Amino acid sequence: MASQEMEQLVRREYKQGFVTDIESDTAPPGLNEDVIRFISAKKEEPQWMLDWRLAAFEQWKEMAEPEWAHVNFPQVDFQAVSYYSAPKSSEDRPKSLDEVDPKLLETYEKLGIPLHERAALAGVAMDMVFDSVSVTTTFKEQLGEAGVIFCSISEAIREYPDLIKQYLGSVVPVTDNFYAALNSAVFSDGSFVFVPKGVTCPMELSTYFRINAQNTGQFERTLIICEDDAQVSYLEGCTAPMRDENQLHAAVVELVALENANIKYSTVQNWYPGDENGKGGIYNFVTKRGECRGDNSKISWTQVETGSAVTWKYPSCVLKGKNSVGEFYSVAVTNNMQQADTGTKMIHIGEGSRSTIISKGISAGRSDQSYRGLVKVLPGAKGARNFTQCDSLLIGDQCGAHTFPYQEIANSTAQVEHEATTSKIGEDQLFYCRQRGISEEDAVNMIVNGFCKDVFKELPMEFAVEAEALLNVSLEGAVG
Amino acid sequence: MSLAEFTDQWLSAVTPQISEGPGWLTDLRQGAVEQFAVLGLPHARLENWKYTDVKALAKRSFTLPKAADAEALANEKSLGLNAIRLVFVDGVFSESASTLGNLPAGVQVLPLAKNANAAKPVLGQVAAANFSGFTALNLAAFQDGVLIDLAANAVLEQPVYLQFVATEQENPVLVQPRILIKAGTHAQATIVEHYAGSEESANLTNVVTEVDLADGANITHYKLQQESTKQYHIASLHVEQKRDSRFTSHNVCLGGKLARQDIQVELSGEGAEVNLNGLYLGNGRQHLDNHTLVNHNAPHTNSNEDYKGILNDRSRGVFNGRAVVHKDAQKIEAHQSNANLLLSDKAEIDTKPELEIYADDVKCSHGSTTGQLDENALFALRSRGIGEEMARGLLTLAFANEVIDRIEISAVHDRIEEAVAGRLPEKFNLKGLV
Repeated sequence: MASQEMEQLVRREYKQGFVTDIESDTAPPGLNEDVIRFISAKKEEPQWMLDWRLAAFEQWKEMAEPEWAHVNFPQVDFQAVSYYSAPKSSEDRPKSLDEVDPKLLETYEKLGIPLHERAALAGVAMDMVFDSVSVTTTFKEQLGEAGVIFCSISEAIREYPDLIKQYLGSVVPVTDNFYAALNSAVFSDGSFVFVPKGVTCPMELSTYFRINAQNTGQFERTLIICEDDAQVSYLEGCTAPMRDENQLHAAVVELVALENANIKYSTVQNWYPGDENGKGGIYNFVTKRGECRGDNSKISWTQVETGSAVTWKYPSCVLKGKNSVGEFYSVAVTNNMQQADTGTKMIHIGEGSRSTIISKGISAGRSDQSYRGLVKVLPGAKGARNFTQCDSLLIGDQCGAHTFPYQEIANSTAQVEHEATTSKIGEDQLFYCRQRGISEEDAVNMIVNGFCKDVFKELPMEFAVEAEALLNVSLEGAVG
Repeated sequence: MSLAEFTDQWLSAVTPQISEGPGWLTDLRQGAVEQFAVLGLPHARLENWKYTDVKALAKRSFTLPKAADAEALANEKSLGLNAIRLVFVDGVFSESASTLGNLPAGVQVLPLAKNANAAKPVLGQVAAANFSGFTALNLAAFQDGVLIDLAANAVLEQPVYLQFVATEQENPVLVQPRILIKAGTHAQATIVEHYAGSEESANLTNVVTEVDLADGANITHYKLQQESTKQYHIASLHVEQKRDSRFTSHNVCLGGKLARQDIQVELSGEGAEVNLNGLYLGNGRQHLDNHTLVNHNAPHTNSNEDYKGILNDRSRGVFNGRAVVHKDAQKIEAHQSNANLLLSDKAEIDTKPELEIYADDVKCSHGSTTGQLDENALFALRSRGIGEEMARGLLTLAFANEVIDRIEISAVHDRIEEAVAGRLPEKFNLKGLV
């Protein structure tokens, strides 16, 4: 029942959710104060927001790109990127599905994407595909009744300046890192969720982010606040059409959980990973962090990462509240020439704070994948508890799988455990399946899905189904 | 003074040493001086030195050792092994305190300063001068050390006991020994490196050990570090292993104000196996850092690592274990485990067990835990009338014993167990039990 409802709601978003009459224009490539003023003006932002962006830009200019990640890619020319693009006009787009790359359509078929959505995803002129400008959110009325605010961040800046001033940049400070500073200066759009005291959000909130215009960086900014005793589950899913040029994506997501609040944030990320030879693909440099400010609060990250050419992403939890809980469940798949350096940080500050990290990495082709995590227990975090399990599965002898878990523990009552394994798919497991008439490819998919089960079961149902299909598509051609 | 000026000062302090030795050696040393000038001392921005800051150390000045008579001290600190014993006082070989005995055929144990030429084919072959600023500095100005050369099939039954004694000096000494071990095909030996001395010594030990194992060679290496808690101890052990060779390391780290041990193992021949066994125990404000790196360069190579740490007071432990499986090195097993006990809320452990894998037919795992004693075990002891503190003490000692019990030389085993028990908090009341 719940899933049907959900499905309907997701559909409805497509019918109603898109604003259709925005004039299309794109900022010229390059980054300077004028571009930032342009973005801010486009969004009709107040002066304080512009000042905030400009201050971030000043900081960014002083910062250097991080180089510690286990990834390798040509240096990004930040002056060659366009920092703002509204949707293209219909004339530039494919007129129908016939004009779309058949390979892409094949992928949609395998993912089980409904026909009417395929056109939208492929960028067919339907007046419904959008880029940096956020999709106007649906079910507003229903949410309004419950007192939940769910809107684009641009709208929130205009409508709820006090909340934005209070919370924006309070979890991920402007100077946190190079990409966060960049995002703070030029963020295009994103979501804003505010769940007031005592409210359980009546539905799962979801949004589809797509990257569509060529040469355009997408700088998403999301802020989710749960007041005391509030609850929300937020779903973020992405698919991107074939593109030949590298696209830069630097998002910032901030979550704030006050006393007894509970935030669940799920992601399925399937941006264009580049072709077999590593040509093209998205650069995905994301800063995601949640702060459990109140006692007994909980933040849970679940992610399924199959896309992007280069991923640099560490969804984290700062566990300040007493008995607060942080969770991180991740499946990351890299194939062909993909590179991913991903993991999480759990910072235990509050007494009795607990965290769980389950990370499953699958590398195939000539890809390279690293788990990089930090568990830090501060002296005051009495009785803190962490359990970490990260397993890697290798498919083929050309790929790499690496584990870099940092543990910094400064409390004698803390209990921290880390386990990691790396292996290939067992010959005996494969043989067992083959012997029962299951083809090698299906057998591998089955084993891989089993390997990921611990994470998939954390996903909302619809996502779990999509994730399994995605995994199979991502690993296509990796076996045999 | 800037850091660079201090390192210059170090270099000028060791200048007389740089010109010491035959021409080929002074050339080698000169090259290392240049490398040291480029590398300088490691700083916290280097990933490998993230948790260990040697800035404080760099601000001290050191001198070259003077000949000192420390036979009594050496005997007092000796492990009392039935062994070929070489004593070094502040890094300089003391003939009178040493007993070389009769060596079997094919075995050479040579103090380095007097036999420099014999070391020519071995020196710097396994340890790269640019491994860190410290290895460069050691090559540039090591004073003495030993060459242990085992011909093919040579088997040394008696262990070689290398005893490094630190004395109390007005001006702390930069002690730089070099230990070279070359094992021919199927040769076997056990080497014990032992560092202990005056509790007032504030020397800096910077030792480099190179071990080269030919096909089928089997070397067991003990490193027992019990220097004073005023002393700085920097050490790196470099191992190159050929086909079917076996290397076992027991590394017990108890002393030093700041101690850093690097172990680098290259498994370059099929069937090579390495076992790394380690224990660190910190009290007061000790900072104990262990970094290990195992490179699986060839197929069918195995590595096992087990390090345990106990940290009390305001001490800080650092563990970094890294296993790298290189491309085409299939059929690998690499297992790593690091467990830590924090006995105080002011103590800290920073641990990072890393796996870096570029081949698919591998079985690799690592685990790391930090926590407390098993409450059930504690209860079992308490229910038998053992006081809480002593029960905790016994369990803590048992935790350390998982490492200590792998030590095969009983004299070493007993001394280490005693030393560990002696360094655990007094409230545990372990006296007389060990």
